[in-house]
Amino acid sequence: MNETNSPIHIKGLRDGLLVSLDDAPWEEQLAALIAQIDAQPGFFQGARLALDVASQVLHVNEMVDLRDRLSERGIFLWAVISESPTTESTAQLLGLATRVSKPRPEESRQFSVEDLGEETALFLSRTLRSGTRIEFAGHVVVFGDVNPGAEIVAEGSVIIWGRLRGMVHAGSKGNRQAVIGALDLSPTQLRIGEEVAAALKPQDHPRPEVVRLDKDGKLQAETWKPA
Amino acid sequence: MPAKVVTITSGKGGVGKTTAVANLAVALAADGSKVVCIDGDIGLRNLDVIMGLENRIVYDIVDVIEGRCRLRQAMIRDKKLPELYLIPAAQTRDKNAVSPSDMNRLIKDLRPDFDFVLIDSPAGIERGFRNAIAAADRVLVITNPEVSAVRDADRVIGILEAEEKGPAALIINRLNPTLVKNNDMLSADDVLDLLAVELIGIVPEDESVIISSNRGAPVAYDTKSKAGQAFRNIARRLKGEQVPFLDLNHRGSVWDRIQRLAGRK
Repeated sequence: MNETNSPIHIKGLRDGLLVSLDDAPWEEQLAALIAQIDAQPGFFQGARLALDVASQVLHVNEMVDLRDRLSERGIFLWAVISESPTTESTAQLLGLATRVSKPRPEESRQFSVEDLGEETALFLSRTLRSGTRIEFAGHVVVFGDVNPGAEIVAEGSVIIWGRLRGMVHAGSKGNRQAVIGALDLSPTQLRIGEEVAAALKPQDHPRPEVVRLDKDGKLQAETWKPA
Repeated sequence: MPAKVVTITSGKGGVGKTTAVANLAVALAADGSKVVCIDGDIGLRNLDVIMGLENRIVYDIVDVIEGRCRLRQAMIRDKKLPELYLIPAAQTRDKNAVSPSDMNRLIKDLRPDFDFVLIDSPAGIERGFRNAIAAADRVLVITNPEVSAVRDADRVIGILEAEEKGPAALIINRLNPTLVKNNDMLSADDVLDLLAVELIGIVPEDESVIISSNRGAPVAYDTKSKAGQAFRNIARRLKGEQVPFLDLNHRGSVWDRIQRLAGRK
Protein backbone atom coordinates (compact mmCIF):
# COMPACT_ATOMS: atom_id res chain seq x y z
CA MET A 1 0.00 0.00 0.00
CA ASN A 2 2.95 2.37 0.23
CA GLU A 3 2.94 5.10 -2.33
CA THR A 4 6.32 6.72 -2.53
CA ASN A 5 5.09 10.14 -3.63
CA SER A 6 2.40 10.35 -0.94
CA PRO A 7 3.12 11.69 2.54
CA ILE A 8 0.85 8.98 3.88
CA HIS A 9 2.14 5.52 4.64
CA ILE A 10 -0.20 2.69 5.35
CA LYS A 11 0.81 -0.55 6.95
CA GLY A 12 -1.22 -3.56 7.99
CA LEU A 13 -1.12 -4.43 11.67
CA ARG A 14 -2.34 -7.55 13.37
CA ASP A 15 -5.56 -5.80 14.28
CA GLY A 16 -6.09 -3.12 11.70
CA LEU A 17 -4.24 -0.49 9.71
CA LEU A 18 -1.52 1.86 10.85
CA VAL A 19 -1.45 5.12 8.93
CA SER A 20 1.62 7.30 9.40
CA LEU A 21 1.59 11.00 8.59
CA ASP A 22 4.48 13.45 8.72
CA ASP A 23 4.83 17.00 9.98
CA ALA A 24 3.39 18.79 6.95
CA PRO A 25 0.47 21.14 7.78
CA TRP A 26 -2.44 19.23 9.31
CA GLU A 27 -5.08 20.40 6.82
CA GLU A 28 -3.01 19.09 3.91
CA GLN A 29 -2.39 15.81 5.63
CA LEU A 30 -6.03 15.34 6.51
CA ALA A 31 -7.12 16.21 2.99
CA ALA A 32 -4.58 13.77 1.53
CA LEU A 33 -5.70 11.02 3.89
CA ILE A 34 -9.38 11.53 3.11
CA ALA A 35 -8.60 11.66 -0.62
CA GLN A 36 -6.72 8.41 -0.38
CA ILE A 37 -9.57 6.78 1.50
CA ASP A 38 -12.15 8.04 -0.96
CA ALA A 39 -10.03 6.70 -3.81
CA GLN A 40 -10.16 3.19 -2.37
CA PRO A 41 -13.33 2.98 -0.29
CA GLY A 42 -13.43 -0.82 -0.54
CA PHE A 43 -10.01 -1.17 1.04
CA PHE A 44 -10.79 1.05 4.02
CA GLN A 45 -14.43 0.15 4.60
CA GLY A 46 -14.87 -1.32 8.09
CA ALA A 47 -11.18 -0.92 8.96
CA ARG A 48 -9.79 -0.36 12.42
CA LEU A 49 -7.39 2.50 12.03
CA ALA A 50 -4.46 3.63 14.15
CA LEU A 51 -3.01 6.97 13.15
CA ASP A 52 0.60 7.99 13.75
CA VAL A 53 0.65 11.79 13.50
CA ALA A 54 4.36 12.29 14.27
CA SER A 55 4.72 15.58 16.18
CA GLN A 56 1.48 17.18 15.00
CA VAL A 57 -0.30 19.07 17.77
CA LEU A 58 -3.96 18.18 17.61
CA HIS A 59 -6.68 19.59 19.81
CA VAL A 60 -9.99 18.05 20.68
CA ASN A 61 -12.03 19.63 17.90
CA GLU A 62 -9.53 18.57 15.24
CA MET A 63 -9.42 15.02 16.49
CA VAL A 64 -13.20 14.79 16.83
CA ASP A 65 -13.50 16.11 13.30
CA LEU A 66 -11.01 13.52 12.09
CA ARG A 67 -12.79 10.72 13.88
CA ASP A 68 -16.16 11.78 12.53
CA ARG A 69 -14.91 12.02 8.99
CA LEU A 70 -13.44 8.55 9.28
CA SER A 71 -16.55 7.24 10.95
CA GLU A 72 -18.68 8.60 8.08
CA ARG A 73 -16.57 6.43 5.79
CA GLY A 74 -17.08 3.33 7.89
CA ILE A 75 -13.62 3.48 9.48
CA PHE A 76 -13.15 3.06 13.19
CA LEU A 77 -10.35 5.19 14.62
CA TRP A 78 -9.10 3.47 17.76
CA ALA A 79 -5.64 4.90 18.34
CA VAL A 80 -3.67 8.09 17.74
CA ILE A 81 0.07 7.86 18.27
CA SER A 82 2.05 11.04 18.63
CA GLU A 83 5.30 12.48 19.93
CA SER A 84 3.39 15.53 21.09
CA PRO A 85 2.12 15.31 24.68
CA THR A 86 -0.80 17.60 23.79
CA THR A 87 -1.96 15.30 21.05
CA GLU A 88 -1.49 12.30 23.26
CA SER A 89 -3.61 13.77 26.06
CA THR A 90 -6.27 14.78 23.52
CA ALA A 91 -6.41 11.20 22.32
CA GLN A 92 -6.70 9.93 25.87
CA LEU A 93 -9.46 12.45 26.55
CA LEU A 94 -11.41 11.01 23.64
CA GLY A 95 -10.89 7.48 24.85
CA LEU A 96 -8.47 6.55 22.06
CA ALA A 97 -5.47 4.35 22.60
CA THR A 98 -2.10 6.08 22.35
CA ARG A 99 0.03 3.12 21.48
CA VAL A 100 -0.52 0.08 19.33
CA SER A 101 2.09 -2.26 20.72
CA LYS A 102 -0.29 -3.76 23.26
CA PRO A 103 -1.72 -6.99 21.96
CA ARG A 104 -5.47 -7.38 21.88
CA PRO A 105 -5.98 -10.66 23.69
CA GLU A 106 -9.48 -11.36 22.39
CA GLU A 107 -8.03 -12.01 18.97
CA SER A 108 -6.08 -14.98 17.83
CA ARG A 109 -2.39 -14.58 17.93
CA GLN A 110 0.02 -16.49 15.78
CA PHE A 111 3.65 -16.15 16.53
CA SER A 112 6.09 -17.06 13.86
CA VAL A 113 9.68 -17.23 14.87
CA GLU A 114 12.32 -17.70 12.22
CA ASP A 115 14.93 -20.38 12.76
CA LEU A 116 13.22 -21.97 15.72
CA GLY A 117 15.56 -23.85 17.93
CA GLU A 118 14.20 -26.83 19.79
CA GLU A 119 14.31 -24.95 23.06
CA THR A 120 12.32 -21.91 21.98
CA ALA A 121 9.49 -21.01 24.32
CA LEU A 122 6.93 -18.25 24.54
CA PHE A 123 6.63 -16.85 28.03
CA LEU A 124 3.35 -15.17 28.96
CA SER A 125 3.09 -13.49 32.34
CA ARG A 126 -0.63 -12.89 32.62
CA THR A 127 -3.95 -14.64 32.96
CA LEU A 128 -5.45 -15.84 29.68
CA ARG A 129 -9.13 -15.02 29.77
CA SER A 130 -11.98 -16.55 27.80
CA GLY A 131 -11.69 -15.86 24.07
CA THR A 132 -7.90 -15.69 24.03
CA ARG A 133 -6.12 -18.03 21.65
CA ILE A 134 -2.37 -18.43 21.67
CA GLU A 135 -0.65 -20.33 18.88
CA PHE A 136 3.07 -20.86 18.95
CA ALA A 137 5.56 -22.96 17.03
CA GLY A 138 7.46 -23.98 20.14
CA HIS A 139 6.87 -24.40 23.87
CA VAL A 140 4.55 -22.14 25.84
CA VAL A 141 4.97 -21.14 29.47
CA VAL A 142 2.21 -19.21 31.22
CA PHE A 143 2.82 -17.54 34.54
CA GLY A 144 -0.85 -17.05 35.44
CA ASP A 145 -4.15 -18.86 34.97
CA VAL A 146 -5.70 -20.21 31.79
CA ASN A 147 -9.41 -19.59 32.20
CA PRO A 148 -12.24 -21.61 30.65
CA GLY A 149 -12.72 -20.52 27.04
CA ALA A 150 -9.03 -19.70 26.52
CA GLU A 151 -6.95 -21.88 24.18
CA ILE A 152 -3.27 -22.59 23.79
CA VAL A 153 -1.99 -24.46 20.75
CA ALA A 154 1.73 -25.20 20.86
CA GLU A 155 3.96 -27.34 18.70
CA GLY A 156 5.98 -28.14 21.80
CA SER A 157 5.10 -28.58 25.47
CA VAL A 158 2.95 -26.31 27.61
CA ILE A 159 3.61 -25.42 31.23
CA ILE A 160 1.09 -23.44 33.27
CA TRP A 161 2.37 -21.98 36.51
CA GLY A 162 -1.18 -21.43 37.71
CA ARG A 163 -4.59 -22.97 37.17
CA LEU A 164 -5.33 -24.63 33.86
CA ARG A 165 -9.06 -24.52 33.24
CA GLY A 166 -9.14 -23.88 29.50
CA MET A 167 -8.01 -25.95 26.50
CA VAL A 168 -4.40 -26.84 25.79
CA HIS A 169 -3.10 -28.62 22.71
CA ALA A 170 0.56 -29.60 23.01
CA GLY A 171 2.52 -31.15 20.15
CA SER A 172 0.01 -29.71 17.69
CA LYS A 173 2.13 -30.73 14.67
CA GLY A 174 2.23 -34.31 15.85
CA ASN A 175 4.98 -34.29 18.48
CA ARG A 176 3.84 -37.10 20.78
CA GLN A 177 6.66 -36.47 23.23
CA ALA A 178 5.15 -33.10 24.22
CA VAL A 179 3.90 -32.73 27.80
CA ILE A 180 1.43 -30.49 29.59
CA GLY A 181 2.08 -29.42 33.16
CA ALA A 182 0.07 -27.25 35.52
CA LEU A 183 -0.06 -26.42 39.21
CA ASP A 184 -3.81 -27.06 39.16
CA LEU A 185 -4.91 -29.24 36.28
CA SER A 186 -8.66 -28.78 35.75
CA PRO A 187 -8.86 -28.23 31.99
CA THR A 188 -11.96 -28.35 29.80
CA GLN A 189 -9.97 -30.42 27.30
CA LEU A 190 -6.39 -31.48 26.68
CA ARG A 191 -4.77 -32.67 23.48
CA ILE A 192 -1.33 -34.04 22.82
CA GLY A 193 -0.54 -34.75 19.17
CA GLU A 194 -3.74 -36.25 17.75
CA GLU A 195 -5.02 -37.57 21.08
CA VAL A 196 -7.81 -35.86 22.98
CA ALA A 197 -8.93 -36.13 26.59
CA ALA A 198 -12.08 -34.46 27.89
CA ALA A 199 -12.49 -32.54 31.11
CA LEU A 200 -10.90 -33.80 34.26
CA LYS A 201 -12.88 -33.25 37.41
CA PRO A 202 -11.98 -30.07 39.29
CA GLN A 203 -9.88 -30.95 42.28
CA ASP A 204 -10.51 -29.99 45.85
CA HIS A 205 -6.86 -30.08 46.71
CA PRO A 206 -4.98 -29.24 43.56
CA ARG A 207 -1.47 -30.58 43.14
CA PRO A 208 1.01 -29.97 40.38
CA GLU A 209 0.48 -32.55 37.65
CA VAL A 210 2.07 -33.47 34.35
CA VAL A 211 0.22 -35.06 31.44
CA ARG A 212 1.91 -37.15 28.77
CA LEU A 213 0.95 -39.91 26.35
CA ASP A 214 1.34 -43.40 27.81
CA LYS A 215 2.38 -46.45 25.81
CA ASP A 216 -1.22 -47.05 24.68
CA GLY A 217 -1.40 -43.52 23.29
CA LYS A 218 -3.77 -42.25 25.99
CA LEU A 219 -3.31 -39.02 27.90
CA GLN A 220 -2.18 -39.84 31.38
CA ALA A 221 -1.90 -37.35 34.25
CA GLU A 222 0.47 -37.96 37.11
CA THR A 223 1.25 -35.97 40.19
CA TRP A 224 4.54 -34.15 39.97
CA LYS A 225 7.20 -35.55 42.27
CA PRO A 226 10.64 -34.11 42.86
CA ALA A 227 13.03 -36.18 40.80
CA MET B 1 -17.49 18.48 38.94
CA PRO B 2 -18.01 16.74 35.61
CA ALA B 3 -20.05 13.56 35.62
CA LYS B 4 -18.63 10.11 36.16
CA VAL B 5 -19.59 7.88 33.23
CA VAL B 6 -20.37 4.33 34.31
CA THR B 7 -21.20 1.58 31.83
CA ILE B 8 -22.83 -1.66 32.91
CA THR B 9 -22.17 -4.63 30.68
CA SER B 10 -22.05 -8.42 30.88
CA GLY B 11 -21.40 -10.23 27.62
CA LYS B 12 -24.22 -12.68 28.23
CA GLY B 13 -27.82 -11.53 27.95
CA GLY B 14 -30.41 -11.71 30.67
CA VAL B 15 -28.12 -11.44 33.67
CA GLY B 16 -29.60 -8.15 34.88
CA LYS B 17 -27.78 -5.24 33.17
CA THR B 18 -30.89 -3.17 32.61
CA THR B 19 -32.29 -3.89 36.06
CA ALA B 20 -28.97 -2.88 37.58
CA VAL B 21 -28.83 0.39 35.62
CA ALA B 22 -32.38 1.30 36.65
CA ASN B 23 -31.74 0.48 40.29
CA LEU B 24 -28.37 2.20 40.53
CA ALA B 25 -29.87 5.26 38.83
CA VAL B 26 -32.75 5.37 41.32
CA ALA B 27 -30.44 4.77 44.28
CA LEU B 28 -27.98 7.48 43.20
CA ALA B 29 -30.71 10.00 42.41
CA ALA B 30 -32.58 9.29 45.66
CA ASP B 31 -29.32 10.00 47.45
CA GLY B 32 -29.10 13.47 45.91
CA SER B 33 -26.99 12.91 42.77
CA LYS B 34 -27.96 14.24 39.36
CA VAL B 35 -28.21 11.18 37.16
CA VAL B 36 -28.91 10.51 33.51
CA CYS B 37 -29.13 6.98 32.17
CA ILE B 38 -28.73 6.06 28.55
CA ASP B 39 -30.24 2.94 27.06
CA GLY B 40 -27.54 1.65 24.73
CA ASP B 41 -29.55 -1.32 23.54
CA ILE B 42 -30.79 0.21 20.31
CA GLY B 43 -33.44 -1.91 18.65
CA LEU B 44 -34.29 -3.78 21.85
CA ARG B 45 -35.04 -1.05 24.31
CA ASN B 46 -36.04 -2.06 27.84
CA LEU B 47 -34.75 0.48 30.31
CA ASP B 48 -37.75 2.76 29.80
CA VAL B 49 -40.11 -0.10 30.68
CA ILE B 50 -38.28 -1.00 33.87
CA MET B 51 -38.20 2.65 34.90
CA GLY B 52 -41.87 3.00 34.08
CA LEU B 53 -41.30 5.78 31.53
CA GLU B 54 -42.28 4.01 28.33
CA ASN B 55 -45.35 6.10 27.60
CA ARG B 56 -43.42 9.39 27.81
CA ILE B 57 -40.99 8.72 24.98
CA VAL B 58 -41.17 11.20 22.13
CA TYR B 59 -37.58 11.39 20.94
CA ASP B 60 -34.77 8.89 21.40
CA ILE B 61 -30.98 8.71 21.24
CA VAL B 62 -30.88 8.23 17.47
CA ASP B 63 -33.02 11.35 17.01
CA VAL B 64 -30.42 13.28 19.00
CA ILE B 65 -27.50 11.86 17.07
CA GLU B 66 -29.11 12.43 13.71
CA GLY B 67 -30.08 15.96 14.70
CA ARG B 68 -33.87 15.61 14.68
CA CYS B 69 -34.13 16.99 18.18
CA ARG B 70 -32.08 18.72 20.84
CA LEU B 71 -30.49 16.62 23.56
CA ARG B 72 -32.79 18.08 26.23
CA GLN B 73 -35.86 17.06 24.25
CA ALA B 74 -34.90 13.40 24.36
CA MET B 75 -34.24 13.42 28.10
CA ILE B 76 -37.22 12.07 30.02
CA ARG B 77 -37.54 13.16 33.61
CA ASP B 78 -38.36 10.42 36.12
CA LYS B 79 -41.83 10.35 37.68
CA LYS B 80 -40.61 10.50 41.27
CA LEU B 81 -37.05 11.78 41.25
CA PRO B 82 -36.63 15.22 39.66
CA GLU B 83 -32.87 14.80 39.22
CA LEU B 84 -33.12 11.52 37.30
CA TYR B 85 -33.34 11.45 33.51
CA LEU B 86 -33.48 8.76 30.85
CA ILE B 87 -32.33 8.95 27.26
CA PRO B 88 -34.20 6.06 25.63
CA ALA B 89 -32.94 3.83 22.84
CA ALA B 90 -34.60 3.78 19.44
CA GLN B 91 -36.81 0.77 18.98
CA THR B 92 -37.00 0.85 15.21
CA ARG B 93 -33.29 1.12 14.40
CA ASP B 94 -30.27 -1.05 15.01
CA LYS B 95 -26.91 -0.63 16.72
CA ASN B 96 -25.25 0.68 13.56
CA ALA B 97 -27.25 3.88 13.81
CA VAL B 98 -24.76 4.99 16.49
CA SER B 99 -20.95 5.05 16.40
CA PRO B 100 -18.52 5.22 19.32
CA SER B 101 -17.67 8.80 18.36
CA ASP B 102 -21.37 9.72 18.45
CA MET B 103 -21.50 8.36 21.98
CA ASN B 104 -18.38 10.29 22.98
CA ARG B 105 -19.90 13.51 21.67
CA LEU B 106 -23.23 12.92 23.37
CA ILE B 107 -21.58 12.16 26.71
CA LYS B 108 -19.36 15.21 26.40
CA ASP B 109 -22.50 17.34 26.23
CA LEU B 110 -23.98 15.61 29.28
CA ARG B 111 -20.90 15.64 31.51
CA PRO B 112 -21.07 19.23 32.81
CA ASP B 113 -24.67 18.98 34.00
CA PHE B 114 -24.69 15.68 35.88
CA ASP B 115 -22.94 13.73 38.63
CA PHE B 116 -23.43 10.35 36.99
CA VAL B 117 -24.07 9.13 33.46
CA LEU B 118 -25.11 5.46 33.54
CA ILE B 119 -25.01 3.53 30.27
CA ASP B 120 -26.91 0.30 29.77
CA SER B 121 -24.94 -1.87 27.36
CA PRO B 122 -26.54 -4.43 25.08
CA ALA B 123 -25.50 -8.06 25.40
CA GLY B 124 -22.67 -9.26 23.19
CA ILE B 125 -19.27 -7.81 22.32
CA GLU B 126 -20.12 -6.16 19.00
CA ARG B 127 -20.92 -2.63 17.90
CA GLY B 128 -23.48 -1.85 20.61
CA PHE B 129 -21.07 -2.94 23.32
CA ARG B 130 -18.26 -0.87 21.77
CA ASN B 131 -20.59 2.15 21.73
CA ALA B 132 -21.50 1.61 25.36
CA ILE B 133 -17.91 1.45 26.61
CA ALA B 134 -16.52 4.17 24.32
CA ALA B 135 -16.92 7.01 26.79
CA ALA B 136 -16.92 5.06 30.07
CA ASP B 137 -14.75 6.18 32.96
CA ARG B 138 -15.68 3.06 34.85
CA VAL B 139 -17.11 -0.24 33.67
CA LEU B 140 -19.17 -2.51 35.89
CA VAL B 141 -19.39 -6.09 34.68
CA ILE B 142 -22.44 -7.92 35.94
CA THR B 143 -22.74 -11.68 36.05
CA ASN B 144 -24.87 -14.41 37.56
CA PRO B 145 -23.30 -17.23 39.54
CA GLU B 146 -23.58 -19.54 36.51
CA VAL B 147 -20.75 -21.03 34.50
CA SER B 148 -21.88 -19.60 31.16
CA ALA B 149 -22.42 -16.06 32.48
CA VAL B 150 -19.06 -16.11 34.25
CA ARG B 151 -17.28 -17.23 31.11
CA ASP B 152 -18.78 -14.36 29.11
CA ALA B 153 -17.90 -11.94 31.89
CA ASP B 154 -14.31 -13.21 31.71
CA ARG B 155 -14.21 -12.51 27.99
CA VAL B 156 -15.61 -9.01 28.46
CA ILE B 157 -13.07 -8.26 31.19
CA GLY B 158 -10.33 -9.39 28.81
CA ILE B 159 -11.59 -7.00 26.12
CA LEU B 160 -11.82 -4.13 28.61
CA GLU B 161 -8.23 -4.78 29.66
CA ALA B 162 -7.13 -4.73 26.03
CA GLU B 163 -9.02 -1.49 25.39
CA GLU B 164 -7.35 0.00 28.46
CA LYS B 165 -10.69 0.84 30.02
CA GLY B 166 -9.22 0.53 33.49
CA PRO B 167 -9.95 -2.24 35.94
CA ALA B 168 -13.54 -3.44 35.72
CA ALA B 169 -15.58 -3.92 38.88
CA LEU B 170 -17.88 -6.89 39.31
CA ILE B 171 -21.51 -7.20 40.37
CA ILE B 172 -22.69 -10.72 41.12
CA ASN B 173 -26.44 -10.75 40.58
CA ARG B 174 -29.08 -13.26 41.63
CA LEU B 175 -27.03 -15.13 44.17
CA ASN B 176 -29.13 -17.66 46.05
CA PRO B 177 -27.50 -18.28 49.44
CA THR B 178 -29.45 -21.49 50.04
CA LEU B 179 -28.32 -23.03 46.74
CA VAL B 180 -24.76 -21.94 47.46
CA LYS B 181 -24.90 -23.50 50.89
CA ASN B 182 -26.02 -26.80 49.36
CA ASN B 183 -23.23 -26.59 46.77
CA ASP B 184 -25.76 -26.26 43.96
CA MET B 185 -24.61 -22.81 42.86
CA LEU B 186 -21.25 -21.12 42.37
CA SER B 187 -20.44 -19.00 45.39
CA ALA B 188 -19.26 -15.40 45.18
CA ASP B 189 -15.79 -16.67 46.05
CA ASP B 190 -15.86 -19.17 43.17
CA VAL B 191 -16.76 -16.38 40.74
CA LEU B 192 -14.15 -13.98 42.10
CA ASP B 193 -11.55 -16.70 42.11
CA LEU B 194 -11.95 -17.07 38.36
CA LEU B 195 -12.44 -13.46 37.31
CA ALA B 196 -9.90 -11.92 39.68
CA VAL B 197 -11.35 -8.39 39.65
CA GLU B 198 -12.64 -5.99 42.29
CA LEU B 199 -16.09 -6.86 43.67
CA ILE B 200 -18.47 -3.92 43.98
CA GLY B 201 -21.63 -5.75 44.97
CA ILE B 202 -23.52 -8.98 45.48
CA VAL B 203 -27.25 -8.88 44.80
CA PRO B 204 -29.26 -11.76 46.23
CA GLU B 205 -31.98 -13.46 44.23
CA ASP B 206 -35.20 -11.74 45.19
CA GLU B 207 -38.59 -12.10 43.55
CA SER B 208 -39.44 -8.51 44.41
CA VAL B 209 -36.98 -7.50 41.64
CA ILE B 210 -39.22 -9.07 39.02
CA ILE B 211 -42.40 -7.73 40.57
CA SER B 212 -41.07 -4.19 40.77
CA SER B 213 -39.57 -4.33 37.25
CA ASN B 214 -42.96 -5.28 35.88
CA ARG B 215 -44.52 -2.39 37.77
CA GLY B 216 -41.96 0.06 36.43
CA ALA B 217 -40.76 0.99 39.93
CA PRO B 218 -37.20 -0.32 40.47
CA VAL B 219 -36.64 -2.35 43.61
CA ALA B 220 -34.16 0.19 44.97
CA TYR B 221 -37.21 2.15 46.20
CA ASP B 222 -38.23 -0.84 48.32
CA THR B 223 -36.63 -0.47 51.74
CA LYS B 224 -37.63 -4.00 52.77
CA SER B 225 -36.03 -5.79 49.83
CA LYS B 226 -32.55 -7.25 50.26
CA ALA B 227 -31.86 -6.78 46.55
CA GLY B 228 -32.92 -3.14 46.84
CA GLN B 229 -30.52 -2.73 49.76
CA ALA B 230 -27.74 -4.37 47.75
CA PHE B 231 -28.25 -1.93 44.85
CA ARG B 232 -28.32 1.05 47.23
CA ASN B 233 -25.03 -0.17 48.70
CA ILE B 234 -23.46 -0.44 45.23
CA ALA B 235 -24.58 3.13 44.52
CA ARG B 236 -22.85 4.34 47.68
CA ARG B 237 -19.70 2.43 46.72
CA LEU B 238 -19.81 4.15 43.31
CA LYS B 239 -19.70 7.43 45.19
CA GLY B 240 -16.55 6.25 46.90
CA GLU B 241 -18.03 5.29 50.27
CA GLN B 242 -16.86 2.19 52.10
CA VAL B 243 -19.93 0.03 52.69
CA PRO B 244 -19.69 -3.45 54.20
CA PHE B 245 -21.17 -6.30 52.16
CA LEU B 246 -24.56 -7.67 53.19
CA ASP B 247 -24.61 -10.84 55.21
CA LEU B 248 -26.82 -12.87 52.93
CA ASN B 249 -27.00 -15.89 55.18
CA HIS B 250 -28.65 -13.93 57.92
CA ARG B 251 -32.21 -14.49 56.82
CA GLY B 252 -32.10 -18.22 57.42
CA SER B 253 -34.77 -20.27 59.16
CA VAL B 254 -35.58 -19.93 62.83
CA TRP B 255 -33.61 -23.10 63.44
CA ASP B 256 -30.59 -21.54 61.67
CA ARG B 257 -30.81 -18.54 63.89
CA ILE B 258 -31.07 -20.65 67.04
CA GLN B 259 -28.05 -22.62 65.93
CA ARG B 260 -26.16 -19.43 65.19
CA LEU B 261 -27.09 -18.01 68.59
CA ALA B 262 -25.96 -21.24 70.16
CA GLY B 263 -22.65 -20.76 68.39
CA ARG B 264 -22.98 -23.90 66.31
CA LYS B 265 -22.72 -22.23 62.91
